[in-house]
Amino acid sequence: MSAPAGRSLQINRLWPLGWLICRRLLSGALVLLASATVTFFALRLTPGDPVRAVLGGPTANPTPETVARAIAEFGLDRPLPVQYLLHIGRLLRGDLGTSFSQHQQVSAVIAEQIGPTLWLTGSAVAVAWLLSTLSVLATARRGWALSAVGSAAETMAAALPQFWLGLVLLAVFAFGLRWFPPQSDGGFLGMVLPTLALAVPLAGFLAQVTRESFELALDQPFILSARMRGLGEGAVRWRHGLRHAALPGISLSAWAIGSLIGNAVLVEVIFSRPGLGRVLYQAVSVQDMPLTIGVTLVVTLVYVVASLAVDLLYILVDPRLKAKRT
Amino acid sequence: MTIPLSTSTFAQSRRLPKVSLPPVGASLAMLFLIVLIAASIWPDLFATSNPLKIAPRLAFRPPGLGHPFGTDQSGRDIYSRVIYGAGQSLLLGVGAVAVSMALAIPLGLIGGLGGRLAERFIGWVLDVLFSFPTLILALLFAAHLGGGIGPLIVATGVGNAPGYGRMIFGQTLSVRRAGYIEAARMLGHSPLRIIWRQILPNVMRPLIVMVTMGIGQAIVWSSALSFLGLGAQPPAAEWGTMLAMGRDFVSRAWWLTVFPGLFIVLTTLSTTVVGRYLQRCLEGRTS
Repeated sequence: MSAPAGRSLQINRLWPLGWLICRRLLSGALVLLASATVTFFALRLTPGDPVRAVLGGPTANPTPETVARAIAEFGLDRPLPVQYLLHIGRLLRGDLGTSFSQHQQVSAVIAEQIGPTLWLTGSAVAVAWLLSTLSVLATARRGWALSAVGSAAETMAAALPQFWLGLVLLAVFAFGLRWFPPQSDGGFLGMVLPTLALAVPLAGFLAQVTRESFELALDQPFILSARMRGLGEGAVRWRHGLRHAALPGISLSAWAIGSLIGNAVLVEVIFSRPGLGRVLYQAVSVQDMPLTIGVTLVVTLVYVVASLAVDLLYILVDPRLKAKRT
Repeated sequence: MTIPLSTSTFAQSRRLPKVSLPPVGASLAMLFLIVLIAASIWPDLFATSNPLKIAPRLAFRPPGLGHPFGTDQSGRDIYSRVIYGAGQSLLLGVGAVAVSMALAIPLGLIGGLGGRLAERFIGWVLDVLFSFPTLILALLFAAHLGGGIGPLIVATGVGNAPGYGRMIFGQTLSVRRAGYIEAARMLGHSPLRIIWRQILPNVMRPLIVMVTMGIGQAIVWSSALSFLGLGAQPPAAEWGTMLAMGRDFVSRAWWLTVFPGLFIVLTTLSTTVVGRYLQRCLEGRTS
């Protein structure tokens, strides 16, 4: 490789980052493969006839021709390893099968429903970070009365179950005060309550973690030196403390996004919002296995992408990691 | 959930008390849990009427003198239903954590002590399972197991198991490398004796805290599954089921959802506070 010296230096600096991304992509692919394996066995272990599991659940009444076609397509008369390979092969081709409860391709259902869920979880994570950062910046300090108040409020918030908070918000702000519509209409106002229902408990959780490391960070020598340079309290907290304290919270964000998608099931059902969560709930309750598997795979994919993004963000916020790798 | 954070020596040297909640909070939380346990053993002592008895003429009474938490659409007394639900919820919470532990402890120990291959493989399996959101894992299981309390316990337990597994796994790895294990080995103790006398107790100690907090979490998860219609069926006096029943009337009778939910929150809060308190006690003893 004959590149100018400056350029190759830059490549050298970027190389570990690229290697990290490659490794993460590979392990992400493995996670997806494992998810496909788990769901395959979930399908096969469904009590009753596997043909019915793909054709319409326990109440289905397929014609002999459809049964024969399903047996041929899924290789149900062949040994289990062959069936497994066929299953993986179908997934690799992007064929998630047909949902019998929605009467369309699983991939079409998912494409239609993933938008609202991503919006909801995305805004919930953003609001949660905003709330927890504000709470920590405003109140965290060792042995300070206000800090105990903030900490107690965070503990309370973290203990709130999302679905109950959703119901209470609905009763108070939608039916009591009539500030917001009780059902999501796709507009901004309809987003507020579901977002809060997801964000407040998460904010409490993130704030607990961030507060702990923030208070430790405030005791560090670099904070003392920043204060000696004459930096104001606000600047010390914002520029030095928070950057240090955000790290554990950031590394938990991928996990948080995953669990939010799980909780989105409940919030979407409560607010009658369209979305993957509600589809998954419906699919599970009518035992629509192809749809259940499809949604589960997509949720795993979202988690994999989120944890990759979080890893990159982590390096961005903590330059020590980059330095260590180069 | 709490995350073990490294405490810097600089901070420790100042010997400031770690204030997160006053001991008042911890004692209130313990009191609440004791009352809850008493209510689940002798519900008759607390309840004012039969939790399943319908009285259509008393339907939708708001909270008042005769019915402190109001009545539901069939005139059932919400307060008595909440009291009778306590036993169910505690059973769900404790049962689910027991199921999680039964899965997580063997996995974590084998992963931590079974050599390089087991370490890689089990670490990977736990990572994969952890990437399934708890509720979705539980939902997949609940769909196969059908409704009822038993399946609900298993589904919640399985859903939470990867988190515990990861923790036990990590804990085993760090304990295995500790100095006192090395010392025990040099003293010529057999591996089984080291596992039993040194590794297991040290792995379990942080688990006491996790289990305490986990019971509250498990109650939330299982009530969420009940809320979705996968657990106890109406009109059972179970908190999640009550919330699901109240949901249809949230526009006209807020007390149907507020009170059962409040008890879920208070229970989780209490287990969290008691868990933290235990954690502080244990930390105080070790340092």
